[in-house]
Amino acid sequence: MDIEQIIQELKEYSGPELKIMEVCGTHTSSIFRSGIRSLISHKIKLISGPGCPVCVTPASYIDRCVDYSKREQHVLMTFGDMMKVPGMGGSLSCAKGEGAKVELMYSPLKVIEKAKENPDIVYIIAGVGFETTIPAYALTIEEAARQGIKNIRLLTALKLIMPALNWICENEDGIDGFICPGHVSVIIGSNAYELTAQRYEKPFVVAGFEPEHILAAIYDIVRQLRTKKHKGFYVHNLYKNAVRTEGNQKAQEIIDRCFEPGDAVWRGFGMIKDSGLYLKPEYADYDAGSKGLDSDIRLPESCRCGDVIIGRINPDECPMFGKACNPLTPYGPCMVSSEGACGIWHRNTN
Amino acid sequence: MRINMSHGSGGKASAELMNNIFGKHFSNSILNKMEDAAVLELHGRIACSTDSFVVTPIVYKGGDIGKLSVCGTVNDLLMMGAEPKYITAGFILEEGLKLSLLDNIVSSMARTAAAAGVVIIAGDTKVVEGKGGIYINTAGIGSIPEGREISAGNCDEGDVILLSGTLGDHHACILSARMGIDNNIMSDCAILNPIVNTLFKNGIKVKAMRDVTRGGLGTVLNEIADMSRCGIEIIEEALPARPEVRSFCDILGLDPLYMGNEGKMVAVIAAEDGEKALELMKKTAPGREAALIARVIIGKGVIMKTRLGGSRIVDVLYGEGLPRIC
Repeated sequence: MDIEQIIQELKEYSGPELKIMEVCGTHTSSIFRSGIRSLISHKIKLISGPGCPVCVTPASYIDRCVDYSKREQHVLMTFGDMMKVPGMGGSLSCAKGEGAKVELMYSPLKVIEKAKENPDIVYIIAGVGFETTIPAYALTIEEAARQGIKNIRLLTALKLIMPALNWICENEDGIDGFICPGHVSVIIGSNAYELTAQRYEKPFVVAGFEPEHILAAIYDIVRQLRTKKHKGFYVHNLYKNAVRTEGNQKAQEIIDRCFEPGDAVWRGFGMIKDSGLYLKPEYADYDAGSKGLDSDIRLPESCRCGDVIIGRINPDECPMFGKACNPLTPYGPCMVSSEGACGIWHRNTN
Repeated sequence: MRINMSHGSGGKASAELMNNIFGKHFSNSILNKMEDAAVLELHGRIACSTDSFVVTPIVYKGGDIGKLSVCGTVNDLLMMGAEPKYITAGFILEEGLKLSLLDNIVSSMARTAAAAGVVIIAGDTKVVEGKGGIYINTAGIGSIPEGREISAGNCDEGDVILLSGTLGDHHACILSARMGIDNNIMSDCAILNPIVNTLFKNGIKVKAMRDVTRGGLGTVLNEIADMSRCGIEIIEEALPARPEVRSFCDILGLDPLYMGNEGKMVAVIAAEDGEKALELMKKTAPGREAALIARVIIGKGVIMKTRLGGSRIVDVLYGEGLPRIC
């Protein structure tokens, strides 16, 4: 079936209203950039899920980052998206304006060189991310340990996607099917979704990031939901050139060597059991105090950040969207991050 | 040898700096008089622009802060249909700046000014504490020939919009250098005289011009749409960008539509002259990858027709384009 036929069928869809969640922020961005919503029936609703690691990071984590950045002889290393996320005491961007030492990184491994060049400075790496980025943190810590480097610490808010998807399936009835996150699936494999798909009877489709891939995934989900010939639904992998059934086992081993699961707070969800990763006891010297950063910002009552992350409402249904909360003065992280649902909506709609 | 506070004292060290570096490269009959102000003869309508340059790194692939400081002001004058004539240069030098590096930067300014046909007629130098950095302000004036009416408020339905080349090169080059990412992306920093001159020389009906700098194409087209009270429809497939810049943007979560250039422009052209203007642009060095990328339509704001036939709104850039997390 070629892409024109897929678009045609999705445009003419006239069955019951369907809600499909794209879990990954890169998918959300691609959906907007290619105008996919304008190509398909308005009866197919695309809901943006929790797949932006910055958006689900609680405020107390940001506060700890800010605190480190202001300490003497400390430098906080972070990915760019974290800079503007408001904590309870301001953002890293504000702290930098007040003289705090914050540097952008694109790979945590690069921090090793810095740490060797400046042995008197303690480098705190803000470790935020899902399975995709976690191996890089693990390799950094292993390398630091191997070389005996003592002036690197990891402040983690690392999260696992499956506990969050299970939480959504358990707590939210409304989602009919899921477009699985592409990059995370490379690591965890398409098999990771099987149990959830069978238990909650929902289709899970792994897709790449080109608009054609996403349209094919939507079509696959719609077809599964419409035919319902079989008991239960299937995990379909439409991104086979990158995602294997069993995932990247080497990356999984690297993660397992350094990290162990523990409870973690997700902004908008609350505490989810064993959904976070923390350094194992043998690497405890490299931890910057990552556990117990549970409390979240007191957002204004009208802020519906949590409902957006779960996919209960679209960003523009929040009363603060585009008004008090906008990309220049964001309240919630979903407006700050380039992968956050609110930020993406705001940039691409008016 | 490095800059120290005595170079800003106004005394002997300042005079040496003036003679050995600035005088050597910028020498011309107006500047050489060394009066308190340059005296110029100009007639008719004058365009005037100023810009400050604070880029780090000071030297990057495809240019340096000196070249950039001349290109930026010259291009701003050109975009108003003016013929750039004179520029001034103010330098703020940080202690510790290597004199050899300053010499290279000033020499680069002189070469770029000569190529752009502008004369550097006044200057100033201050020295501040710091770590060997340099900041440059340039201001320029140019004369607008009779009959040229260029404004972002001039556009009408049916006009076509040409982009002079690939998006995002300068921004991606600077960001790569700052983040220590090794690649071959070069800045596109360039003067746009060849493009503007050929359009006017050949009688093309140019309505508006803008150089695509900070904020990127998305922001520039929104400004034009606002000022002309019209809509603009971008054709996604027509947008030129180098594959390496696209990949760089994909990795960091940036959009070439909002990446700055320093040697690219858009020109809004009356529909009947569109094809001819594109051919002319392509024959120039800075415009050889030019493309017709959008049309002016009735309506408001900027929309994009996507490759698959969808449409979406293109807003202005909000805040700073920070790289995303994964």
